[in-house]
Amino acid sequence: MARSSRSRMSNEINAGSMADIAFLLLIFFLVTTQIVEDKGIRVALPPWSEEEPDITKLKTRNVFSVLVNAQNQLLVRGEIASIDQLRERAKEFIANPTKREDLSESPKKAIISLKNDRGTNYKTYLSVYNELKAAYNELWNEESLRMYGKPYSDELPLSMRKAVREKFPLVLSEAEPTAFGEE
Amino acid sequence: MSKFQKKRGKSSPAISTASLPDIIFMLLFFFMVVTVLRDSELKLKIVTPQATELTKLEEKSLVNYLYIGRPLERFQEEYGTAPRLQLNDKFSTVNDIPVFLEQHKVKVPEKKRSRITSSLKVDGEVTMGIVQDVKTKLRKSGQLIVNYSAKQKSD
Repeated sequence: MARSSRSRMSNEINAGSMADIAFLLLIFFLVTTQIVEDKGIRVALPPWSEEEPDITKLKTRNVFSVLVNAQNQLLVRGEIASIDQLRERAKEFIANPTKREDLSESPKKAIISLKNDRGTNYKTYLSVYNELKAAYNELWNEESLRMYGKPYSDELPLSMRKAVREKFPLVLSEAEPTAFGEE
Repeated sequence: MSKFQKKRGKSSPAISTASLPDIIFMLLFFFMVVTVLRDSELKLKIVTPQATELTKLEEKSLVNYLYIGRPLERFQEEYGTAPRLQLNDKFSTVNDIPVFLEQHKVKVPEKKRSRITSSLKVDGEVTMGIVQDVKTKLRKSGQLIVNYSAKQKSD
């Protein structure tokens, strides 16, 4: 009696073990993979050349020099500064809205010069870099809103992004670091 | 009322598990899509710093990873505590970088080679000396697109 009822019920393939097989695969993938979260600050390094670029030819007003020493202290255009002020100062320097004599002549001529020590903490270096990049990003965003009424993002067509970037070209020159605080 | 109960009791007593494989497969595919295969075991302690101006790395096959940090405790006896560079699975020196880049390059189709990115995964507490050496070597090897790996700052 029991037998006949069983044979009548199992008129489809037993898929019970399918779940086990799938579980096995799932666990294998869980173990061998990692969830990617690779994000970062994108940088284009300058091509290698034997001689150092000469920045003495540039007018001092066009150069925004940032020095970071081995104690992670900042010297911005000859004065001690903190990282929090860096973004605002860089923005003011690049755009120069009030046409001050000591800031850049035009955004196209503005150059940011970054120099660190071999003993500088990577964390500090990156946050300085981050602030300088943020200054440009904010300027691009403002310009993009003014020109096209849209924020500067990846959704903006490439030609528009290029036009915005051309108005504020990012020129960040990194000098060979000093070696006072190498551990 | 009694009619219903009778019928239920007679037919399948177990819950049908026919849809379970489908559900598990769905999970499996989800994980396969959102993850990548782990390629190397980290021998360094790396906590990347936080930043705000981040860009996402798009094509994983075009990215090679350079790790810089202090060796983990179990490697310290052999390799010391000074910051080291790790390429693939082993401790390396700056001079191994050109070969490492070349090895990655041959796996990439020629058309896409100009878009190869080097992702530097550097511990926040490391000093710039070794990072600078790596950067100089990358420049000399013609690898100019670099990504400083960082976490999104949450404020």
